[in-house]
Amino acid sequence: MLQTHGLKYRYADSGPLMAFPDLAIDRGKELLLLGASGTGKTTLLHLVAGMRTPTEGAVELADAPFSTLTATERDRVRGRELGIVFQTAHFVRSLTVSENLALARSLAGLAPDPDRIQALLTGLGLGHKLQARVDALSVGEQQRASIARAVVHSPGLILADEPTSALDDSNTDAVLDLLRQHAAETGAALLVVTHDQRLKDRMADRVELTPHPSIA
Amino acid sequence: MKPARLARRNVMDRPLETGLSVLLLAFGVGIISLMLLMQRSLTEDLDRNIKDIDLVLGAKGSPLQLILANVYHVDVPTGNIPLAEARKVMRHPYISEAIPLAYGDNYELFRIVGTEPSYPAHYGAEVSEGRMFDAPFEVVIGAEVAANTGLAIGDTFYSAHGLTDGTDVHRDKAYTVVGVFETTGAVIDQLLLTPIESVWGVHEAVEGADQEITAVLLKKKNPLAILTLPNLLRDTPMQVALPAIEMNRLTQQFGIGLRTLRAVAMLIMGLSFVSVFIALLSSLRDRKYELALMRTMGATPRQLFSLVLLEGLWMTLAGIACGLVLSRMGVVLMGQILAERFHYDVTQLAPVEGELYLILAAFVVGAVAAGLPARSALRIDISNTLGQGR
Repeated sequence: MLQTHGLKYRYADSGPLMAFPDLAIDRGKELLLLGASGTGKTTLLHLVAGMRTPTEGAVELADAPFSTLTATERDRVRGRELGIVFQTAHFVRSLTVSENLALARSLAGLAPDPDRIQALLTGLGLGHKLQARVDALSVGEQQRASIARAVVHSPGLILADEPTSALDDSNTDAVLDLLRQHAAETGAALLVVTHDQRLKDRMADRVELTPHPSIA
Repeated sequence: MKPARLARRNVMDRPLETGLSVLLLAFGVGIISLMLLMQRSLTEDLDRNIKDIDLVLGAKGSPLQLILANVYHVDVPTGNIPLAEARKVMRHPYISEAIPLAYGDNYELFRIVGTEPSYPAHYGAEVSEGRMFDAPFEVVIGAEVAANTGLAIGDTFYSAHGLTDGTDVHRDKAYTVVGVFETTGAVIDQLLLTPIESVWGVHEAVEGADQEITAVLLKKKNPLAILTLPNLLRDTPMQVALPAIEMNRLTQQFGIGLRTLRAVAMLIMGLSFVSVFIALLSSLRDRKYELALMRTMGATPRQLFSLVLLEGLWMTLAGIACGLVLSRMGVVLMGQILAERFHYDVTQLAPVEGELYLILAAFVVGAVAAGLPARSALRIDISNTLGQGR
């Protein structure tokens, strides 16, 4: 589903060239990208998601040369193939919870599917919050809603950026279980990017980023 | 989710900023639209009532007052003129048609005008019920008079002295309604017409050289009448006034006020577009992360640009719609005031051509005001924005 080849990135002309290990993850598989602050894991996540263009190297997503697509094509592929869970949940504030999910489907080029949205939110314990405004949700509810939004269009790859950093152990397990469960349901690949060492024991396949050794 | 729906939801989510922009635009559009509607109504009314009347003969005084009193019946007459003197003008070879008017009384503030059947004929007024008057104290009433006073054929009534109050009633002579005119849209609708002899009969009966009338509406046969008649009347208590010139002068005087009002309205509209611009700019600053988030969900820069543009157009559309409703409310209100004071109905709510240009202009400027901040949506850096929003 995802393969990166020799990814390097330089923030400014005179800045250091950051080099990243190659990643490969198939549908239905999971991978932990572990690294402390400053190891460039967010940069790598943004390169994988096509939010930054690599200085060198390439990203293949769903068998397409993702990093060399035109900007518009990349937007389309991102919308269809990726579901991203951010550390802090953000939504379109003017919309209700279910409308935010409908928007994600719409931007992925899919028809609205109220039954799927309802089933998904109900499964995450948010069945009573379908028509609630997102700012009326608790932080925990917002995080679950953001997971629902990331998977509502059945993406090929779920990217989770620091999904458990602010959570205690039991909630960490709960969130990880949710991500795994929904990835399994749709056969999606799951890439978790975090500095949270607790996940080391919970996810078998991992790539660890070390501070600075890869800077060319 | 359709972009237009999302744009509308975003706009509704900021009621204060949206409300201010919409209100300002509504006032700007409303004032200009009101002016266009009133201008249409008044111009049509003025034209309809002048209707081929080239000159008005009356007592010396303000020429404009002479026109307003005798053509539109919205002012008091400048005085009376001797019928014998007036006849000299009426029979002048340069005059093709002359319609005498004599009045000074009212019934429930509607004017009773002594005249000849040629007066309603000039306005194409047909008697829809009953018949035309042919004897003193027979009256044919206008459609507005019938609707407002409840007078019907066969009814009798007494006139009141003067034109502006109904307290001094002439109880010795009763008028009888013998006919009702169809609606003409002209001044006839609000008058009670009777032979001139009725007016003389109600007041002190005079005969021969002492008989007076109020004015004569004249139609010229020869253009030289406009130059010749004023000289002819120089040493008499009479004057002739030209309705077209006097009304043109009046509209020019109104024009200064209208131009000022229009400038104020344009200024308000300008401010409203600045308000739309600021509202969207500030909203985009607040929603930068939200827009970046939409990019991660697959939205293209062009889609975000369209979304912000649509938000501006929603505000513009709401402002235009509210403005058009406000202008109609203004027309109804002004119509009631004018109807109470002058019995004129100016309540025409149908759109005027100028409003189409007003709407188009507002849309174009609204699109520009929205397009400028929307451009920033094209340049949004997802990675940096999301990095700042963590």
